[in-house]
Amino acid sequence: MSYLTLSLTLIFVLIPLILSRTLKLGLEKDTIIATVRSIIQLLAVGYVLQYVFETDNIIFILLMILLMIGAATQNARRKGTSIRGITWKLVITFIFIEVLTQSILLGLNIVPPTPQYIIPISGMVIGNSMVLGILFLNRFTAEVENLQDETELILTLGGTPKQAIHTQLITSIKASTIPTIESQKTIGLVQLPGMMSGQIIAGADPVQAVQFQLLILFILLTTAVVTSIMLGYLSYPTLFNQRMQFLKLRS
Amino acid sequence: MIQAAVEFQNVHYSADGLHILKNITGAFPFGKITTLVGPSGAGKSTLFKLCNGLRSPDSGEILIKGTSIDSYDPVELRRKVGIALQSATMVKGSVLENLELPLTLQGKKIDIEFALELLHDVGLEGEFLERNAKELSGGQRQKLSIARTLVNKPEVLLLDEITSSLDRVSQRDIEELIEKINEKYGTTMIWITHNLEQALRIGHFTWVMMNGELIESGESSLLKNPRDKRVQDFVKGEVE
Ligand SMILES: Nc1ncnc2c1ncn2[C@@H]1O[C@H](COP(=O)(O)OP(=O)(O)O)[C@@H](O)[C@H]1O
Ligand SMILES: [Mg+2]
Repeated sequence: MSYLTLSLTLIFVLIPLILSRTLKLGLEKDTIIATVRSIIQLLAVGYVLQYVFETDNIIFILLMILLMIGAATQNARRKGTSIRGITWKLVITFIFIEVLTQSILLGLNIVPPTPQYIIPISGMVIGNSMVLGILFLNRFTAEVENLQDETELILTLGGTPKQAIHTQLITSIKASTIPTIESQKTIGLVQLPGMMSGQIIAGADPVQAVQFQLLILFILLTTAVVTSIMLGYLSYPTLFNQRMQFLKLRS
Repeated sequence: MIQAAVEFQNVHYSADGLHILKNITGAFPFGKITTLVGPSGAGKSTLFKLCNGLRSPDSGEILIKGTSIDSYDPVELRRKVGIALQSATMVKGSVLENLELPLTLQGKKIDIEFALELLHDVGLEGEFLERNAKELSGGQRQKLSIARTLVNKPEVLLLDEITSSLDRVSQRDIEELIEKINEKYGTTMIWITHNLEQALRIGHFTWVMMNGELIESGESSLLKNPRDKRVQDFVKGEVE
């Protein structure tokens, strides 16, 4: 696609702008900001990727992955400010999930060890791990808050912190992973997944595209479940002290 | 001198910048029923949480049977010193699951005979076992909460306004039950109540707390003739 044809696609930005103007929706400013940002950000990423692919240097690959982890942490930690040390808990989770998935993919030769594969897959893994982290933290802090009396009751009866928080932990792990599992049940029926559509448009064989999409889906299952469980087990001990006393969530 | 089951020495406790307990010094005698009275917000429930290790004092010492509370394992301490919480909180599940909870936490099951006996003791019918605990009335929850606290067979029982939602007859039944347990097993009882007649009726000893301080303590008859002016006003206000 040439930049000329690409600029024609701005028509799709113009339509909402005109509608917003006529109906006084007040969406013009945000629409323009969103458009400009997406153009700059994606073009920048495109050129960076082009450079990284050409140089094929492990340092650049690592740097890109670290950048992704940094951005994901920055995003997710805002949902977990009430949990002590949430930043490094997220960093550890993202690193773990990245290392786990890449070692399986590369170790078993499922994909070739080139930046063309490593970087996009890492992006999907870390991006989804971030979303899962946010879902989990939202739910978990709400559950902990709502069931404070139950937690205290179990402690009073001689339960351990783990027992006192078990219901909240399991509920939150399940609630945050269910959307991932559910969405896979209907995938392909209503909407073609973005990555697959992209590949098909770019000219790939549909069956090949499906194979890669399946690979990604399965990776995302692991990502979802491992992220929630890991964050949960890293987070709950900070709600208690050495004397097995329940500490209030930081507000 | 009667040995103390629980003893406070210059205990201070604050939370969220609020000085809740101020220099509490006093003892709860072994094997006796001590009632604990005072206006709401006086710090009574908080004092219980300190006795059972749910909170730790900022300064001062708490001794359980003469030994510093810090030298007990928290789990062991909480089984020894049981609380029936003011809120009579229930976890999701049936009456049986709630009653069994103290044992479930130890990976054990409750003997059905024992469960039925406990329910009977607190005045709940056996057919309640399968009911949803969250749907019980306030009074029924209080009864179940008492029964549940008894499952661990604690040496010290902390009862936080456990009859506040009960009718007069049930109140008397619970009082008799607590007196019976106290006599039969020598369980030390500390009972928070806002009912001064009840405090006088069932207490061997009484503590009066106000605004985080222990104002007066001694044999429960002190409620008939308090020395402190503030306690006199409190007793008058409550009786009238
Ligand atoms: N966790 C807490 N954080 C802050 N303040 C608390 C907390 N628990 C209790 N308080 C305050 O401590 C005081 C004593 O509360 P409490 O022990 O429940 O009194 P009582 O049982 O005598 O009514 C009250 O002013 C209450 O608002
Ligand atoms: Mg209270």
